[in-house]
Amino acid sequence: MNPHTVKTYGEELDQLSAEVILMGGLAEAQVADAVEAVARRDVALAQSVIQRDQRLDELEKDIERKAIRLIALRQPMASDLRKTVSAMKIATSLERTGDLAKNIAKRSLVISESEPMSGLTRSIERMGKLVSSRLRDVLDAYKGSKLDIAQAVWSSDTEVDEHYNAMFRELLTYMMGDPRTISACTHVLFMAKNLERIGDHATNMAEHIHYEVTGEDYMNERPKLTTMEP
Amino acid sequence: MKLYTRPLYAPDTSIGKPRDPSMTTSATTPKFVARDVKVYYGDKPALHGIDIDILDKSVTAFIGPSGCGKSTFLRCLNRMNDTIPSARVEGTILLDGEDLNDRKVDPVVLRARVGMVFQKPNPFPKTIYENVAYGPKIHGLATSKEEMDHIVESSLKKASLWNEVSDRLHQQGTGLSGGQQQRLVIARAIAVGPEVILMDEPCSALDPIATAKIEELIDELRQQFCIVIVTHSMAQAARVSQKTAFFHLGNLVEVGNTEDIFTNPKDQRTQDYITGRFG
Repeated sequence: MNPHTVKTYGEELDQLSAEVILMGGLAEAQVADAVEAVARRDVALAQSVIQRDQRLDELEKDIERKAIRLIALRQPMASDLRKTVSAMKIATSLERTGDLAKNIAKRSLVISESEPMSGLTRSIERMGKLVSSRLRDVLDAYKGSKLDIAQAVWSSDTEVDEHYNAMFRELLTYMMGDPRTISACTHVLFMAKNLERIGDHATNMAEHIHYEVTGEDYMNERPKLTTMEP
Repeated sequence: MKLYTRPLYAPDTSIGKPRDPSMTTSATTPKFVARDVKVYYGDKPALHGIDIDILDKSVTAFIGPSGCGKSTFLRCLNRMNDTIPSARVEGTILLDGEDLNDRKVDPVVLRARVGMVFQKPNPFPKTIYENVAYGPKIHGLATSKEEMDHIVESSLKKASLWNEVSDRLHQQGTGLSGGQQQRLVIARAIAVGPEVILMDEPCSALDPIATAKIEELIDELRQQFCIVIVTHSMAQAARVSQKTAFFHLGNLVEVGNTEDIFTNPKDQRTQDYITGRFG
C-alpha cells in the first residue's frame, strides 16, 4: 500500500499496530509463564506473572488513548479506520487474556501448597501449549495481515474445547476417587476454563484481523462443540 | 412531463414536488441514467465514458482529486457545459427517461428543473426578495403579487432562512453573511420548483457552523429533491450523502452506498484517495 501523504499520520497508525504487537508478545509470555509456573510449581515465576499483568493494563489504556486520538484528529477512513478499530478491540482481548493468565498464576500459588498432581498438571501444560500456540499464530497473522493463519486459528477452536472437556472428565474422576483433592482439582478446573477462555479470545482476535484485512464480518457460525461441559 | 412543455405554476402545492402525481418517485428510482458520457474540452478528453444511475430523493456525493472530472460531470446534468464553447458532450443522460441533450430540450427550462448552487454564494446585487422572486418572474410562475409573496416565503422557509430574514426582505442580499447568502442562493434555486439541486462545493467558503446549517438543510431537502453534491471534504460526503461516487482522471472508479465506500471500498484507487495516500 502507498504511504500516507501526511507522514505523521502513517507513523501514528504504525505505532498503534506496533504497540498491539508488543502487547501481544507480553500476553503470550504471560500465558506461557503462568502455565510453566503451574507445571514446575514455581512460586517466583507465578508472582512475576501476577506483577507483570499491570503492564498489559497500561498498554491497553495507552492503545485506547492513541486510537481515540487518531479518530478525533485524523478521522481515519476505510482500511485505516478498520485498523484503528481492530487495534482497540484486539487490545481489549489481550488485556482479558492477561487477566486470565494472572488468575492461573494466582491459583498455581494455592495448589503449590498441596500435594503434587503430576498427571493433572501435565494436562494443563499440554492445553497451555496448545492455547499459547494459537495466541502466537493469531499474533503472527496480525503482524503480517495473514488471512490464512487467522482463518486456521478461527477454525481450530474446537480442539481447545475438546481439551477442556477431557480435563473436566479427568478432574471429576480424581475428585470422586479422593475427595481430599477437591479443593486443588477445582483450582485446576478453573485454570482449564481460563485457558479455554483464552482460546476464545484468540478466535475473537482472528475475527478482528479478518475484518481489518477484508472489511467483511465472518458470516459463518463459529465452530463449537455441541456437547460443551459447563 | 416533457422537458420542453412546462405546465403552469401551481403556487400552493408545486414547489419542489413533482407536478404530475403519476411521477411520484422514491429513493430507489433513478432520476438520472447516464451511459457512456464523454466530455471533451477541444481535443482534450475530460471524461472517458461515465455510467451511473443517480437516485431520486437522496443525496449523491461526487468525490475525487482536483481535475478528476467530477464538476465536469455535474455540469453535464443541467447542460452547463453548453456555455463553454470548446466543450463537447457525447453519450446519453436521461432525466426521468428523457434525453436531456435532445435538441428539442430548452436548456433554460431544464435548468429550472435542475437547479445549481455554486462554491461561492452568488446572490444578485438586489434585495433578498428580488433574489428569490427573480426566477419565478422570468419563468412566469406567479400571476399576482400574493402568489409571488407566497413563493418567496415558502422558498426561504425551505432553505431554512425565513426566520433570519423575514423582517428585512427588502434589504440587499449581498449584505447577508456567507452562510446566509448560500442559503439565499439555495432558496433562489428552490423558487422555480426544481426536481434536482446540483451543488458544487457549496460549503467550501463557509465556517463550520454555516456548513452544519447547510448540511442540515441538505438532509431536509432530500425528502423532496434529488441532490447531487461535489465536495472535496470526504467527511462532508460521508455525513450528507447516501451514495458516493469516486472519480479519478476522468473515470468513475467506484460508486456505492456511502457507508461501504468509507469503510470498505472495493477499488484500490478509492482506498488510496479516501485514506489520503495519493502522492
